[in-house]
Amino acid sequence: MKHHDHSHDRSFDEGAPSEYEIMSRAIQELLEEKGVITSEQVRQRMEQFDADFPYRGPRVIAHAWVDAAFRARLLEDGKRACAEFGVDLEADRLIAVENTPDVHNVIVCTLCSCYPRALLGMPPSWYKSENYRRRVVREPRAVLREFGTVIAEQVSVRVHDSNADMRYVVVPMRPAGTEGWSEERLAGIITRDALVGVTLPKA
Amino acid sequence: MTLPSAYTEAPVRRFARGDRVRVKQTHPPGHRRTPYYIRGKPGVIERVCGAFANPEELAYGFDGEPKRVLYRVRFRQRDVWPHYTGPQSDYLELEIYEHWLEAA
Repeated sequence: MKHHDHSHDRSFDEGAPSEYEIMSRAIQELLEEKGVITSEQVRQRMEQFDADFPYRGPRVIAHAWVDAAFRARLLEDGKRACAEFGVDLEADRLIAVENTPDVHNVIVCTLCSCYPRALLGMPPSWYKSENYRRRVVREPRAVLREFGTVIAEQVSVRVHDSNADMRYVVVPMRPAGTEGWSEERLAGIITRDALVGVTLPKA
Repeated sequence: MTLPSAYTEAPVRRFARGDRVRVKQTHPPGHRRTPYYIRGKPGVIERVCGAFANPEELAYGFDGEPKRVLYRVRFRQRDVWPHYTGPQSDYLELEIYEHWLEAA
């Protein structure tokens, strides 16, 4: 699928693997050596994660772009609005944060890698990287520039650390030039990265 | 600017939207959901998220009761990072449990 082969799934962490990565790798290798699990089972489990959490964010956001009442309900209570749209967010509570001409939102989890999986599937590797997590709270504009996103000085950048029980999704601004588009066509320009807030949708 | 006011179902709570608070500057051991970088910083309650089982207890196999009130707190970047170079109007928002907050 289109969203899974994004060009900047580049590794943000190019240094040596962390102690935990080495430990996790070592445990997997040992379990494989002892015949407890196979690498194929690990691969299948990862594939199952993707199947458990399909990528449904663009449909929800495209609907919010065309239906002002739904948009208001989404901003008021993201979980309830998604349920009404047929997207069950399981235990997650969802806060939808709205980009406006005055505010740009971006999401991170500095403590681990909390992510609105029920809407966006599994998080990309850069989202989990220490580089992104450490820097986007401290120099968000520099990090956004690295994604090719330049936010004007008069626009307030609001960084959301999802450090506890809530999950977040950005509601980007509908770009000019999309008047009269169908929801399906609109969903086609709503990318995962725009819903995390590191890019802006383009017509 | 209007902010959504959802998740106000925690009836017994110390703070309300708009209240000025400060995150406690304390360093207890164990599993905590309050990042180091925000401890001691002043902010404003953006919304009441509700009451949740205490993750600091859940982490050790306890039931997390009594539930703790969770707030969304808004911080000015310049209050968090003294050398922040972006505009005054840049903000950071985090979820902070009530027992980590004091009135400011």
